[in-house]
Amino acid sequence: MGRYVARRLLIAIPTLLAISFVMYAILALAPIDPLSQFGADPRVPPEVREHIRQALGLDQPWPIRYVKWVTAFVRGDFGVSFMSHASVGDLIWQRLPNTLAVVGVAYIVGVLIAIPAGLISSVRRNSPVDHTISLFAYAGFSVPTFFTGILLIIIFSIKLRWLPFIYDSNLKITDLGSLVEQFRQSVMPIAVLGLFDAAILTRYIRAEMLEHLPLDYVRTARSKGLLERAVVIRHVLRNSLIPVVTLIALGVPAVFGGAIVTEQVFHVPGIGELLVTSIGTGDTPVIASVVMIFAVLVVLFNLIADVLYAVLDPRIKYA
Amino acid sequence: MGAIAMLVAACGQSQGPSASASTGASASATPAARGAGGDLKILYWQAPTILNPHQATGTKDNDASRLVIEPLAAFDNDGNAVAVLAQEVPTVANGGVTADFKQVTWKLKQNVKWSDGTPFTASDVEFTYKYICDPKTAASTADRCEGVDSVTAKDPNTVVVKYKDTNPFFYQVGVGFSNGILQQAQYKNCVGDAAKNCPADLKPIGTGPYMVKDFKPGDTVLYDMNPNYRDANKPFFKSVTFKGGGDAAASARAVCQTGDTDYGWNLQVEATVLKPMAAAADSKCTLLTNYGSSVERILLNFSNPDPSLGDNRGEPSTKHPFLSDIHVRRALAMATDRNAVAVQLYGDGLAGKATCNILTAPAPMVSKATDSLDVCKFDKAAAEKELQDNGWVKGSDGVRAKNGVRLELSYRTTVNAVRQKTQDIMKANWESIGFKVNLLSVPASTFFTNTSPDGANHFWTDVEMYTNSGDPDPTSYFLSGWTCNQIAQKSNNWQLGNYARYCNQAFDDVVAQLKKETDQNKRNQLAQQANDILVKDVAIIPLISRVAPTASGVSKSLKGIKVSVWDSEMWNIADWSK
Repeated sequence: MGRYVARRLLIAIPTLLAISFVMYAILALAPIDPLSQFGADPRVPPEVREHIRQALGLDQPWPIRYVKWVTAFVRGDFGVSFMSHASVGDLIWQRLPNTLAVVGVAYIVGVLIAIPAGLISSVRRNSPVDHTISLFAYAGFSVPTFFTGILLIIIFSIKLRWLPFIYDSNLKITDLGSLVEQFRQSVMPIAVLGLFDAAILTRYIRAEMLEHLPLDYVRTARSKGLLERAVVIRHVLRNSLIPVVTLIALGVPAVFGGAIVTEQVFHVPGIGELLVTSIGTGDTPVIASVVMIFAVLVVLFNLIADVLYAVLDPRIKYA
Repeated sequence: MGAIAMLVAACGQSQGPSASASTGASASATPAARGAGGDLKILYWQAPTILNPHQATGTKDNDASRLVIEPLAAFDNDGNAVAVLAQEVPTVANGGVTADFKQVTWKLKQNVKWSDGTPFTASDVEFTYKYICDPKTAASTADRCEGVDSVTAKDPNTVVVKYKDTNPFFYQVGVGFSNGILQQAQYKNCVGDAAKNCPADLKPIGTGPYMVKDFKPGDTVLYDMNPNYRDANKPFFKSVTFKGGGDAAASARAVCQTGDTDYGWNLQVEATVLKPMAAAADSKCTLLTNYGSSVERILLNFSNPDPSLGDNRGEPSTKHPFLSDIHVRRALAMATDRNAVAVQLYGDGLAGKATCNILTAPAPMVSKATDSLDVCKFDKAAAEKELQDNGWVKGSDGVRAKNGVRLELSYRTTVNAVRQKTQDIMKANWESIGFKVNLLSVPASTFFTNTSPDGANHFWTDVEMYTNSGDPDPTSYFLSGWTCNQIAQKSNNWQLGNYARYCNQAFDDVVAQLKKETDQNKRNQLAQQANDILVKDVAIIPLISRVAPTASGVSKSLKGIKVSVWDSEMWNIADWSK
């Protein structure tokens, strides 16, 4: 197992280098321009723009910029944002708590809803409960989050005036009052994202359970005289969760990547929002670092998922 | 000397806002005490990313920095300078400006302190311009240094600005949002190459009513009152939260419907949505609409953009096959339905109104003569007659031609929903009188780049459209936009401002007079004359006078706001109250 992990980690290095090169090449060749912000104002004279371009190092050819960037990245230096002159590491660090508080919590909520929902709907297959859960699941992943988000804002913020829709990233949780405030400002985005995550997972769990329920080992368990509850939870669910756990692990990097649309709708200054605004302003150091961190996480969690698979299913052995 | 009288009056008026601020506050508290108000909430859907106005990449940064960093004087809505860090605004009458407009002496207020308690002096001003004018600093405000000979501290309270040449816009240095004064002590190691990675840009020390408490770039700025602010009774609000992000529609909801914020910037929302929102019975906002010098205009190419000309394409030595004919230009102008554009696309006054002037502010310089001109009236029959009478006859395909030259034109602008709809309206009208119009659009970043063949500077199409605006003094606006030696061409790398390659001696003469004239009444007349020449000669087709800076929404309970189209929206935030 140890050798397997070591080998996978070694393979990850060229993979990540290839990803970084392709990403940087796309960024360099794409028609995004850090000076577009200046360009929108015809009063900024062209020679001033030229000086700015030089100051940002954009007068060098992109392969040279790539080598400089990648060597700095490996050393943990993510560079300096073109737009704010702040270190990219600081920018990401400032936004990570917001993303985790909203997208991360939503993911946990989604998983906590999906497991019982998937279980019930498979055991009570074709019952009204199953139909209701399935309806919610289909609605959850077919209605886009920007729609549900705005719908919730119109109902709960504008009509009922119960909840704020502008996320305050400076709120510090010190007492019960501020905890309630944090709950009020994050409940809508969490609901939107949680419903979406839960919808997909519910369908997976249901399908996986249905596959296991008619199998021989389940019949054996029943014939031993075990309670139905014990059969379903201890035997069927446990086996059905093996592929689901890997699925959940693979979804974790997406949490760190933030939720681009939902963060925008609720003014949550998270990683996704940072990525989108940076793409809009052509802030390449920020885009490159966020995308690269995301790539590292994907590779890492792929490995974790594979390892988990072996741990959960003793039949699988890596050598 | 009308301007001077106005300027002096403006200095007197600078006391005005404080009076209104105190009346506003007296309802809730005893005379406007410093910090009597709570937290002021401002929402910008573009978040500030940097707080140094000289490294700003947009209005959001300029506005967020203005609470902290101040210029010597501000511009009010009439284009008059109002003293901020200066004791008084220098004019020719008070001896602050020499009669040849070459030298300006600024007397600074005594005993002004930076928020860290250290004294503000003339050497901070001198240093600031050293910082901006160093090309390596790559300041986005470096245009302030153009034509400036020197900015020197004569003594701790006097700054002398010398221009290389007569400069009728002698407030270029010192007044307005691109002239914020930085603290020398904080910025001394940030000049030139070091400017790009300067921690001070995220937490600048200023003289303004507020100071930065915490700044998360791209998200929120938190400000506290500046304890060393020079006016003991200001500011009214104890703190300010400047939140960024979201979109214009959400900002409109927050300021007009829920009242979650006190100030919502730039509510670029469709008029059919925004108008009822602001007018609703339970609306919590009013909309600020101010017209400045921003004009959406259509440029007509006087050179020949035909690609077959190779290196000569669009050079001033060439002549446009049909736009060089005044009758064709007049016909285009008469078939321009600017009212339809204003009503259908600019919310009929919400975001813009129809105009036939290319200079729309300041008010005394705006021409009234254009209203009665035939080229300013939408009259397709007259346009057709003009073409018909001058030999442009319709062919079998409905397109007019003369001596083998067809009236087929290309029309480029930026990618923008309103602009594409404007193009559609123009195309429909122009085609109905016998033109063939091919529409083109490119991203704004491409359009406003002098290096791009698809850019406005190259102008390799027949017609193009965008918005531009001028300073409170229009001399450089006219000079760079339409005079003969400012023609953008290959030899100057398309860096000059006369994109249309227009050249008219009569116009150049008027601008030359405007450059020298010191009598304000005569200056106003000359500016109107310059405007009228361009409009009559159809050197350009003015379309829409746009609301500027923007239509922001303000909570009905907020008092003391005076928007200025020439300066940052936040210019008098010290006077705001509830």
